Amino acid sequence: MKKQLITSMLSAALCLAPQVEASPVKVGMITTLSGGGSGLGVDVRDGFMLAVNKANNSDLEVIIEDDGRKPSLAVQIADKMIQKDKVDILTGIIWSNLAMAVVPSSVNQGILYLSPNAGPSALAGKGCNKNYFNVAWQNDNLHEAMGSYANGEEHQNSFILAPNYPAGKDALTGYKRFYQGQLAGELYTKLGQTDYAAEIAQIRASGADSVFFFLPGGMGISFMKQYSQAGMTIPLMGPAFSFDQGILQAVGKSALGVRNSSQWNKDIDNAANKTFVADFESAYGRLPSLYASQGYDTANLILSAMQSSDINDKDAFRAAIRSAQFDSVRGNFRFGNNQHPIQDIYVREVVMQGDVLTNKIIGVALKDHQDAYAADCAL
Amino acid sequence: MGAILFLEQCLNGLQLGIMLFLMAAGLTLIFGVMGLINLAHGSLYMIGAFACAAVASWTGSFTLGLVASVVVAAAAGALIEIGVMRRLYQREHLDQVLATFALILISSEAMRWLFGSYPLYLDVPEIFYGAINLFGVLQYSRYRLFIIVLGLLTAVGIYLLINKTRIGMRIRAGAADRQMTAALGINISLIFTLVFALGAALAGFAGALVGSIQSVDIGMGEPVLILAFVVVVIGGIGSIRGALVGAIIVGMVDTLGRGYLPQLLQLILDPVFANTLGAALASIAIYLLMIIILIFKPQGLFPAHG
Repeated sequence: MKKQLITSMLSAALCLAPQVEASPVKVGMITTLSGGGSGLGVDVRDGFMLAVNKANNSDLEVIIEDDGRKPSLAVQIADKMIQKDKVDILTGIIWSNLAMAVVPSSVNQGILYLSPNAGPSALAGKGCNKNYFNVAWQNDNLHEAMGSYANGEEHQNSFILAPNYPAGKDALTGYKRFYQGQLAGELYTKLGQTDYAAEIAQIRASGADSVFFFLPGGMGISFMKQYSQAGMTIPLMGPAFSFDQGILQAVGKSALGVRNSSQWNKDIDNAANKTFVADFESAYGRLPSLYASQGYDTANLILSAMQSSDINDKDAFRAAIRSAQFDSVRGNFRFGNNQHPIQDIYVREVVMQGDVLTNKIIGVALKDHQDAYAADCAL
Repeated sequence: MGAILFLEQCLNGLQLGIMLFLMAAGLTLIFGVMGLINLAHGSLYMIGAFACAAVASWTGSFTLGLVASVVVAAAAGALIEIGVMRRLYQREHLDQVLATFALILISSEAMRWLFGSYPLYLDVPEIFYGAINLFGVLQYSRYRLFIIVLGLLTAVGIYLLINKTRIGMRIRAGAADRQMTAALGINISLIFTLVFALGAALAGFAGALVGSIQSVDIGMGEPVLILAFVVVVIGGIGSIRGALVGAIIVGMVDTLGRGYLPQLLQLILDPVFANTLGAALASIAIYLLMIIILIFKPQGLFPAHG
């Protein structure tokens, strides 16, 4: 078990604005740092800590623990952080199933939870909570954007596929919510499947004019390599997760030209983003991913609320978080009534820059987009 | 069109089966000869894939990567046999399972330390890109065809090694009666190390071949390990021939199930429901098959020892 305790150093010289009796804020980060999928957790942590270290605010203390992508472990860590470490805020969870295991009971104990990644629909609609904020997206959002984009490209006959589990079903539902054409086929694959020969043969035979897929992590790498090696040329579309900076290099040139949707990219033109990309590269020696940007935004959101309110006044602190008075690397960012983002979602294309595969924004798929569950939330 | 698609899916099933055979052959050999349950077999598969990816990116040669995968996995296997397994032959299966499970965790974290948390890049050589025309009607992936040919050659090689060579004879003798073989002056622990290294090399080779069309990632071995166990159980524990037949059956059932079950069910059921049910059934088809085979043939299709 890896445990890290990072306390920002005291530096009186940098305290420019005199603060009103700020109480220290203790943040517990539970994220995936070992085993499969640890790249995502590492990125969230690195983005988050970049913002924390830059702010150099001695009132903010962060405790980080590794959940190993196991719901039972995440629950144990959350209990320990709440009862023993007395954290005020929890954050960090990558996976929706882990979030569902930890978030409801934590927020009911009065702990604030700020999600830097997972956005299950169960927490966005009827199950929303005044203590739960999502700083990334609701799970359906990026898929909805791709559905809308497909209409604009005049795709009439999409073949869609996703793994057979709740987030996979949300993905295809999200795509179909906006896509208006016909479906050449709809497939649910096995979770963790690595061979897609049977699916690719079906796509080839289906006469589809486009393929939308949601296959996070290694599944997406396998699918794209096999798709391209089989000589397939039907255009591919997907959410950013399979085209993230961390895994693009593993996919290789098979990913070139693929369109994908994201709420962030490193070429979004604003000062906060430019600083973030440059600082991240110099601190860690690699390009930031979308997960890193989400971690960075989450930390800055907490820091912004600490500027204007005291953590011991929970209502005021929540209101400060909700007002989202921070410079998001995404540019426009605000919370809807269910405390999920209302934001622009872009379409990106995978390009080669030098010898590094990366993404370039080619348009906006959905402007000021809010999730479909907000209306069911009583907040 | 339907017949061509069916033919293509059969080839896909054959290819998946061949890959499973490379995994299962090592597993069944180790169990048959040494009576050892090796959960870390999937880790050797992962080690092979990582070795291939690393060497291929340093040297730019996929062939060297393949060689490295075999050498590194065999070395890792020999090391594990001498360092850990040797102490466990006399113990119960539960001890073996616990020790080899620990090896899974250790090798996963070791790979993470060495190569980082992100999947590695490994691609097939340019000449294997694209499709080849078979029988004038069917476009089939060149690389998958290459895997089928290479896998079948390996199967023949193992058969000859076990059945036609002196070392193979000693391996078979060791499997039949360890003490008697040792009493006849044969260095049985060397034989065991060799068998373990051979099984590891096969797993590493499979990892490298598959890694280039999948993702070279930590934990990539475990899903394949489960399938390999299904193959071994269906084929008959300890039987190489059983492993080959079992692997091809599992590959076919899995691929054709994924390709056709949802469509077949749509003939009799509501399409949405048929799709969901078909996807669910396809993912458990091989386990259903295993249950049925075990009901009629509790020892598997080709029981190794009579």
